[in-house]
Amino acid sequence: MPTKLIINCETGEQTEVELTAEEIAQREADAKAYEADKKTQEVIAASKAKAKAELLKKLGITEAEAELLNA
Amino acid sequence: MANTYTLIEAKTLTTTTTSVTFSAIPQTYTDLKVVVSTRGSDSSPAGLLVTFNGTTTTYSHRYLLGDGASAASGTNAYSIGSASIYAGTSDGSSNTASTFSSHDIYIPNYTSSNYKSVSLDSVSENNATTAYPVLTAGLWSTVSAITSISLSFNSGNFVQYSTFYLYGISNS
Repeated sequence: MPTKLIINCETGEQTEVELTAEEIAQREADAKAYEADKKTQEVIAASKAKAKAELLKKLGITEAEAELLNA
Repeated sequence: MANTYTLIEAKTLTTTTTSVTFSAIPQTYTDLKVVVSTRGSDSSPAGLLVTFNGTTTTYSHRYLLGDGASAASGTNAYSIGSASIYAGTSDGSSNTASTFSSHDIYIPNYTSSNYKSVSLDSVSENNATTAYPVLTAGLWSTVSAITSISLSFNSGNFVQYSTFYLYGISNS
């Protein structure tokens, strides 16, 4: 069972407390939300890279040449 | 200018632990400093998160990060939103064995009745290309004095030998 440590700075007492079922569920939900968000960001980044490559191909220029247009 | 550092509490973990909380923090100092050395139980490096007074709202942060290949910045590390402040990325179990990341968290005027600004400076340790130096500016938009500080990962647990030090700093 995962535990949390509480250090009382007034008394110096250190207490190990087992996480409640609610806290465990929240941690699992947070981790899942992060993983889902990470995957979404990866898909967006891949989609942008693909669109960029297709545009460069259509224009018949390289990435370095495209950057020159922005300089 | 700070001229005193007083160790309030220190802890070296003897077992795997989900979170560490310093509670009942004395209200007699000007600033607080938390010095942490951590390693996570997950294979992926984990985000170290900070909360105050047991609350998980009204936090915001902006970070600068390097990963050994590129530099980046952002405002929502590990998708934490306003639930905590990002204090850098810790070593995970895939980092070089027995290495730990270092995190400094500086909290000025922690007893004031204004919003709390926080400065966070950290670096992970790895005998490989990928390591994470991170600088974060954090804000807790709450006027309550800080009476407790909690540290946890976005995923996974602190492993044995992770260390946690809380210092009080007085300006006179």
